[in-house]
Formats: sequence, C-alpha cells, structure tokens
Amino acid sequence: MGKVHVKMTVNGQEMETLAEPRELLIHVLREQFGMKGPHIGCETSHCGACTIDMDGKSVKACTVFAVQAESADITTIEGIGTPDNLHVLQAMFREHHGLQCGYCTPGMITRAYRLLQENPDPTEEEVRFGMAGNLCRCTGYQNIVKAIMAAAAEMNAAKEAAQ
Amino acid sequence: MIPGSFEYHQPHDVEGAIRLLQDLGDEARVVAGGHSLIPMMKLRMADLGHLIDLRRIEALKGISIDGGTVTIGAMTTQHELIESKMLADAAPIVREAALQIADPQVRYCGTIGGNVANGDPGNDMPGLMQCLDATYTLAGPDGERQVAAREFYEAAYFTAREDEEILTSISFAGTAGGYAYEKQKRKIGDYATAASAVLITKNGGQCASASIAMTNLADTPVFSDEASDALVGTSVDDAAIKAATAAAVAAIDPAEDNRGPVEFKKHVAGVILARTVERAWSRA
Repeated sequence: MGKVHVKMTVNGQEMETLAEPRELLIHVLREQFGMKGPHIGCETSHCGACTIDMDGKSVKACTVFAVQAESADITTIEGIGTPDNLHVLQAMFREHHGLQCGYCTPGMITRAYRLLQENPDPTEEEVRFGMAGNLCRCTGYQNIVKAIMAAAAEMNAAKEAAQ
Repeated sequence: MIPGSFEYHQPHDVEGAIRLLQDLGDEARVVAGGHSLIPMMKLRMADLGHLIDLRRIEALKGISIDGGTVTIGAMTTQHELIESKMLADAAPIVREAALQIADPQVRYCGTIGGNVANGDPGNDMPGLMQCLDATYTLAGPDGERQVAAREFYEAAYFTAREDEEILTSISFAGTAGGYAYEKQKRKIGDYATAASAVLITKNGGQCASASIAMTNLADTPVFSDEASDALVGTSVDDAAIKAATAAAVAAIDPAEDNRGPVEFKKHVAGVILARTVERAWSRA
C-alpha cells in the first residue's frame, strides 16, 4: 500500500513525512521526527509509556495511526521542558524522587501535565484516578503522586503570586 | 507490533462511509476510537484491507436532549460523556459507568458507538444500554432503521448490524430515581469479572419499577426481567435482593477464562448485583 503524506505540529513545530497507513504514531514520532522522549513499553495500550498530548488529550501513541494525527497539535515530553529549563512537574519528580529507572517518566509527566490543566488542584485520590493509565514497575507510585501534588501546589502558588 | 497493510479512508459524511462499505465489501471495517480494533490489528487478529475512519464525520458527534430524550452521537467519546453536565443531570448512570471504563487515555479516544457496536461481551455500555432500554439508529444503503439495545446482541461480536450499516446514534429516555453501575475488575483497565447496571424508582417506600442488566457474564449482555420483577412491589429488603440476585444468576451463562471459573463468576455476579441494587435503592 502506498505511503500517505502526513503533517502535524509537534512541540510547536510543523512536521511532515510520508507514512504507510499502518505506521503507528509512536514509531513516526520516534523514528522520523526524532522525538525519543515518548517510550515504547507494552505496545498493547496498557502501560502509558508512549503517552503524548494530542489536541488537548492524553493519548497512547501506540494506539493511534500516524495518518490519524493529520493536522493534530502534539506535545511530547520534549515540548514540556528542557534540561536547562525544567517544567515544574519535572522539577518535582526530581525533588520527590518520582522515578527510579525512568522508563515510564516521560509518559507519567506528559499525562500529569494534562491532568493538571483539567484539574489544577486535585486531591490525592483524583491524582491516582487520573494517572491510572500509566504503569510504573519501580516506585509503587507513592513518590509519583507526591511529585504531582507538589507540582500542583507550586503551580497554584505561582498563579496566585502573579495575580 | 505493526498491523498488516491496509488502505486508509476518511469520509466526511455518513453517506460517504456507507458508500465505501458498499464498494469495498468484506475487506473494509469502520473504526471509531480504535482502542478495540487497533490492538486487534496489531496482534494480527483483525486483518483488513481498508480502514474507514469515522473521526471526520461531525454529524456523529455530540450529545443532545430534547423533551426528555437523550441522543448521543456514536463518535462521542467516553471522556465527553463524563464531562457533560447535561448528561449527568439527565442520566447520571452513564457517567458513573463511563468512569469505570479502561483508563483516562483510553477514555479520551474510546467512543460510545464503538463500545456498543463492537459486540464485545466485555464492553460496559451494551449492558448499560439494555438497562436504559436504549434504541440504536443504524444507517445503511437503504436509509435508517432503529433497533432496541435489548434486541441488538446475538452472540459475541455478532449483532443485528448489517455489514453495510453504521451505528450512528443512541437514544434513551432520561432517568428518574436511583441508579448504580458496579464493576468488579482485577485491575484498572481490565474488563469486568462481573458488572451490573440498575435503575430503580420508589413510591411510598416500595420499589415501583426496576431495570437490571449485567455485563461480561454471557456472550451477550444479560437483561433480566425476572430479576427486576423480584424487586417491584417490595421494600427492597434482604429477601427481595436475594430473590433478584438468584433470578439474575439463573439468567447468566459465564464462561471460564483468566478471570476465573464459572462458579466463581456466578458468585461474584451475585455479590456485585446485590451491591448495585443496594446503592441504587439508597439513591432512589
């Protein structure tokens, strides 16, 4: 089957490529656009390591075809913060030791980013419910939840200070 | 895991999608949210030549309420069901059930139409739609027709939908009284070991009407008149709940799988149904 022209916005940049319809978005992001932040974990829509933000939704990029992302606005972990300029979530994951091996972390942070957009002041229970699509096999989640709660508090304090 | 090759189509209206189904025949499948079909394609358990994506068809999206009747477009996502204040007011059981489906990422993509049309006994919405006595609208080459959710499911993955038809919307009357959707699952994201939907109305301390349906306990959802009848006219005391539970367990036909043997599933079904009835009654 022939390749199809696909274009999308990734971390604010217009990207385009030719992709077979059967190519999954995660493969195109990683292999053609060089965004190695979103990881390939289970490949079965369970683990959330491949989570990206697509048109304001947290999406498992292993369960979307690249052709379905035509014209989409995508944010990956690379678009959330950089080593020199960490996003609050990234800083809090570091501070609260919200990771061990780090494999799930890009998906965790990308999902938490959207969760806090929708619910800026979540309870611990809401964080756990909202993060249920991301699996971590190291930490037992305690510090991940702590980091997200701390990031929410920090972001709210910054918002208040700005007002 | 990469699926086999296929051609991708993105029609902009229902007529265009039906035309593609007619032209492409057995080789074609429609995809809604894709979170059932794409995993199956990756496992090469679904092999198709043409994928017809419904995502660009605006007419299939959205929730409306008119004169007490709720109509939901097939491409409305679980996330949109959860976020709709209007729907939560008209039929709160839908939100309660949608929150128990899969995980947040899946709910952003998964649609109510895909959930009800796929015919997977593990899906939550078919049982719920039977509880609500919903009606499905199917569009095909000869126009539209309506099928009751209670008549739609024939066997696992076999439904009343013809190959050249698309399920376009779902409608049901807004609910009054108590409601509950309970689901026992091994972990977040799993299908139910047992789940049940209950609607109940109360009049003068007694149950005036009840509707009970169960999920993943047979190769189709199970709506049980007998279980509902066991509650009507009672004060929904322990004896009535026991009778309703016994009637529902008699109506199901679970299969042994990795969620447990038949006896275990019947036991869990009874526990879950009793819990659902109690909670629905407490809200009536």
